[in-house]
Amino acid sequence: MRHTRLTHFVIAILALLTGAAHAFETEGRQVYGPGTAAQMLKVISTADKEAFEPIIKGFQAVYPGVTVDYTIASSTEVMKAIYDEGAPFDLVISSAMDLQTKIANDGYARSYSSAQTDSLPAWAKWRDQVFAFTQEPAVVVVSERFFDKTPIPENREELIGLLRDHPDRFRGRVGTYDVRTSGLGYLFATQDSRNSESFWRLTEVMGSLDARLYCCSSDMISDVADGKLAVAYNVLGSYAEGRLPQTTGVRIVELNDFLSVMLRSALIPTTAQNLGPAQAMIDYLVTLNTRPAEALRSGLPPIDEAQLAANNAMRPIRLGPGLLVFLDRLKRETFLRSWSNAILQQ
Amino acid sequence: MTNHSPHTSIRRRLVIQLAVVAAILSLAFFLIVRVIAERAAEVTQDDILAASATAIADALYADRDQVGLDLPYSAISMLGTISQDRVFYRVAVAGQTLTGYEDLKTPERDLTGTEAAFATFPYRGENVRAATVLRPVSLGNQPVAVTVTVAQTQRGLAAISSRITAIATAIAVGFFFLATALSLLTAQSALAPLDRMTQAVARRGPNDLRPVDTDTPTELIPLVEALNKFISRLGTSLSRSEDLIAEAAHRVRTPLATVRAQAEITHHRLKKPEHRQAIREMIRAIDESSRSAGQLLDHAMVTFRADSLEGSNLDLAELLNETCDRLAPTADLKDIEIAREIATGPLDFKGDRILLQNALRNILDNAIKYSLPDTQITVSAQRNGEFRLSVLDQGRGFGDTDIANLTGRFSRGSNVADIVGSGLGLTIADEVARSHGGRLEISRNKEGRGACVTLVLPTS
Repeated sequence: MRHTRLTHFVIAILALLTGAAHAFETEGRQVYGPGTAAQMLKVISTADKEAFEPIIKGFQAVYPGVTVDYTIASSTEVMKAIYDEGAPFDLVISSAMDLQTKIANDGYARSYSSAQTDSLPAWAKWRDQVFAFTQEPAVVVVSERFFDKTPIPENREELIGLLRDHPDRFRGRVGTYDVRTSGLGYLFATQDSRNSESFWRLTEVMGSLDARLYCCSSDMISDVADGKLAVAYNVLGSYAEGRLPQTTGVRIVELNDFLSVMLRSALIPTTAQNLGPAQAMIDYLVTLNTRPAEALRSGLPPIDEAQLAANNAMRPIRLGPGLLVFLDRLKRETFLRSWSNAILQQ
Repeated sequence: MTNHSPHTSIRRRLVIQLAVVAAILSLAFFLIVRVIAERAAEVTQDDILAASATAIADALYADRDQVGLDLPYSAISMLGTISQDRVFYRVAVAGQTLTGYEDLKTPERDLTGTEAAFATFPYRGENVRAATVLRPVSLGNQPVAVTVTVAQTQRGLAAISSRITAIATAIAVGFFFLATALSLLTAQSALAPLDRMTQAVARRGPNDLRPVDTDTPTELIPLVEALNKFISRLGTSLSRSEDLIAEAAHRVRTPLATVRAQAEITHHRLKKPEHRQAIREMIRAIDESSRSAGQLLDHAMVTFRADSLEGSNLDLAELLNETCDRLAPTADLKDIEIAREIATGPLDFKGDRILLQNALRNILDNAIKYSLPDTQITVSAQRNGEFRLSVLDQGRGFGDTDIANLTGRFSRGSNVADIVGSGLGLTIADEVARSHGGRLEISRNKEGRGACVTLVLPTS
């Protein structure tokens, strides 16, 4: 009798503990593999299941003994899980370069180096802790039917001029990230502001045209495809490319003044319990450029130095302490205040 | 001067001492380079941290009743350009964190003016270097103290340090080996005059007592002078003793001749056989003494002339014939026949006539002396690659005497005690042969009893 009561008590405590351990919110979870395999790899990632499944399948073809437990969460929830709660994940994959950098800078990442990571260009890794494996530019997506009379703009000055000259055509038909809620949108916006003064003028113009604000690239692309939007600014190019075959009348424009390039990256947190599989996955990810078919299936463009060399406008966002600046509380407040003033025209 | 090693080597000592000096210099060089380079790297990091903190401080502003800050991007990003170090910062207003890492506390320190203060301390599992600047900001009319601290881990510094250490080590090791190799050469060249002198002295013949006159460095001049003085004293001493012997022999010989003449006269006068016998014994003793004195003189003369050999062209055959002629009467007294097998043509040789005469006379004289009456002595002269002048007797030979020792001074065969002799004859012949670049060969007579003594001289 006593024994049973004790058991109930322990179960209650465990339930409480596990509940507390999952204070961060997840958007999905998928386990690949038999589950009985000797080795586990617990991944927390911001990438959709569809994008990452081909990579996990490819990985398991090489390492059949590894079960991959794939959890999807937004970048802020990933940060919360790793930085605040120390959740026991083996690998963190995120598009939020600033947060990945902060995790490493503040000492929550493990160092790792191998022949594979050594083959990465210097700009694609930091401290042997953060390893980039994709390069995804922020592009402009336009609906072709709004541009039958005027040429499609090729840089920000032309875009600003076009929007100013045709306020009636574009009112309520320009969209961009709501940088207050989207981590990726904030990253792109802050990098834009750093690169060029034209960003603020563009934001002002978009604000004057009652710009619509989005949480995600996919929604923007859908609205462009549906004709609800004429121009979507700072859309993740890789998503747009993936959607292009199913839609007509949509053009992807890579502006030629500069293109911020986001590097999706992986790191091993200090809480990792399955180091071997995590390191194997790092090696597998950084060599994604050697498996073009798999990259194509996942829709994630791998690290490609030749492409960067061919297009001078492409500027990979630099991993490193510079990314900590826009995470600064005051800096973020200031930036969001300026941005809100510009876009909301209050 | 240890007792353990009787031979201390100047070269080894020189090399070891130079190598030790090189090692000390290498080590000093290594340490200096490291200290200076690491200090330079530290100063560089300090400068960048101070620049970063100052840039942040410059971006501070008064926002109504509170302090505002627009964190400059470059202030933090520039720290990432030189190394991949972790970066932390904290801006505090009157001790309260405005922004940044709240737990980044620099050790208490007096901050004055605009100078940055530096500190190294552990933070988040690693040592960090931090620069802190103080900046007063006026809120209303009330100035508040704002401190800006920028800290960075020291991984880049460690990388620079290990690179510098590797370079300094390589240079120091290289320097050491180069210096050691050079010190070997130095020792070699420093000791070269000593080697030259040693060889100059070692090459000398046994009787060469000239002063040493090789090129000598200043340091060795006292040694060479001392050596030369010693040689000269030795030479003087030797010639004095030779002179003494010659003088003594000469002085003894003349009175001996007088005594012998008197003894002969007395011998004729005496009638009693026992008296005559006694006188004969006396004459025999006088002869022995006279002969010894003669040979001592000869020997002194040979030694003197051999030291300053003067060659003249002569005919060895003629010389040998002369010697035979001169000693023929003595041989006749014992009914000894001297058979000559001397080559007819001239045997041309360049040498000292008097010495060679002396040598041949001594050899032949010996042969006659040790031959039994009524025997034959064969004298031959051949040219057969070298000149071989042989005297072959049928005397008692050498018995079981060690032949090699016979040319030593005063050495005589073990079986000749009954015959007058000084033991200098063969010594003289040997010395003459050597001074002419030849040798004396002594062997037993192959054709039965007797001895064979050959004076061998080189042709040309």
